[in-house]
Amino acid sequence: MGILLNIIYLIATVTFIVGLKMLGHPETAKKGNLIAAAGMGLAIVGTVFVHEQQVPPLIYILIAAAILIGSLIGWLIAIKVEMTKMPELVSLFNGFGGASAALIGLVEYSKNVNNITQSTTIVSGIIIGAITFSGSLIAWGKLNGSLKSVVRIPYYNIINNLVIIGIVIFAAFMVATGVDSQLLLYAFLASGLIYGILFVLPIGGADMPVVISLLNSLTGIAAAITGILYNNMVMLVGGILVGSAGIILTVAMCRAMNRTLGSVIFGAFGGAATAIGENKALGSIKSTNPSDAAIMMNYANQVVIVPGYGLAVAQAQHVIHELEELLTKKGVNVKYAIHPVAGRMPGHMNVLLAESNVEYNMLVEMEDINPQFSNTDIVLVVGANDVVNPAAHNNPASPIYGMPILDVENAKHIIVNKRSMNAGYAGIENELFYNSKTSMLFGDAKAALTDLVAELKNM
Amino acid sequence: MNEILEFIGNNLQITYILILAIFVGVEVIKSIPAVLHTPLMSGANALSGVVIVGAILVMLHADPTDYVALSLGFVAVVLGVLNVVGGFAVTDRMLQMFKRKK
Repeated sequence: MGILLNIIYLIATVTFIVGLKMLGHPETAKKGNLIAAAGMGLAIVGTVFVHEQQVPPLIYILIAAAILIGSLIGWLIAIKVEMTKMPELVSLFNGFGGASAALIGLVEYSKNVNNITQSTTIVSGIIIGAITFSGSLIAWGKLNGSLKSVVRIPYYNIINNLVIIGIVIFAAFMVATGVDSQLLLYAFLASGLIYGILFVLPIGGADMPVVISLLNSLTGIAAAITGILYNNMVMLVGGILVGSAGIILTVAMCRAMNRTLGSVIFGAFGGAATAIGENKALGSIKSTNPSDAAIMMNYANQVVIVPGYGLAVAQAQHVIHELEELLTKKGVNVKYAIHPVAGRMPGHMNVLLAESNVEYNMLVEMEDINPQFSNTDIVLVVGANDVVNPAAHNNPASPIYGMPILDVENAKHIIVNKRSMNAGYAGIENELFYNSKTSMLFGDAKAALTDLVAELKNM
Repeated sequence: MNEILEFIGNNLQITYILILAIFVGVEVIKSIPAVLHTPLMSGANALSGVVIVGAILVMLHADPTDYVALSLGFVAVVLGVLNVVGGFAVTDRMLQMFKRKK
């Protein structure tokens, strides 16, 4: 029996690696996800049924009930959620995973107080699980807007460091003395929960995807620790895969946003906000209307669309797809330029456009599209701002200086759709709007694009 | 420090697997294009629900009269399964939408 279960775990582990690998290519991604899911199902079924223990029927019933309830709720949430709410969903699910790890530690603690190795893993599992749980819930609250975006805590760094030191001492005390007190155990859990809140609360909304990715990685580590506790390879390898994947993604995201991980965790974004105020010298703004914009696009050879999250907020993904199809039919070469952090999390814009049936091979990544802007007649920027801000190249005082951007100012003409002249997410003035090649198409993205499509249809 | 060395000495296999798994994770993820980062994040998130295996073990080993362990285990299983099923289902939903022009 023991061998059979281990073979099941081995198969599951291989499906995780293969599945993750296949998730890396658009054509195989769907299959990869299903393979990993099948492996997970196999591991769960194996754990429940393949063992030699005498287990009373009541426990089987409870396990079955728990699995049923969890699957039902999870599945319902997954099919109901709107694609724009993806970051919230990932952080919520992630919090649940962390909570699960912490609860396991709570049960196992008193059985293992005399074994230093075991109690070290348990204590680390509890603390990481607790931090992930409360941190993810705070991130979730911030993303869905129920928590104020940036919360400033006085003496934050001092409090934060004290809590970290306190947790380390607390953990060392519990492991070293092997004290078997439920009160202390729950106090320890609480200290982890408090740290999770302290960790995420001061971080701004724009940096939240980095935090989610980091917390995701932590859940993986918590799972791996639980794997060490049970000497269970599927949990160990699965957890570590997620842990290292999360770290890689976190670093990639920081790079795309021109931030270091340290500055995300320890410094609030936009806190300095030095860049606003020097907008007088930027020149004048030229505005255009849908009919003129339609004429220009109609006679263009190549049009590049730069979508930002504002497009999704205005629910204009379907209209933009219609515009793109219409232009393609008229013989215009149309592409979408996707910045790595377009949307609310990396790759989010791709999902949002895919939902409106835009083929993924029309979406061109930043490095590939940037050299093509000089042959582009018209760039249409919809709901994007900071990712096309030339200040990233030429204003060392700007908070986004050095951030990789889409070089739309190299195109022959730029049309920017915006509601008003308000600054972008990062609160930074954008000199692109004052460029002599730029025309502003003011108005709600959906309304403006609908007008544009109507004008084009009449030509 | 001694404890760490002792742990490595006593768990040489686990230590090897741990280190190798880190490398596998990094290599597998490294080349994934930004297009797929959102599904990847949610897929990886579903994978971290593997902790459910531990939650089931807690329940299997629990004494049927130990209500605290049973209830904590029960909640852990519910949350773990939620993470797994929800994560894989939503990833699948996203990936279903990715289409290529013929």
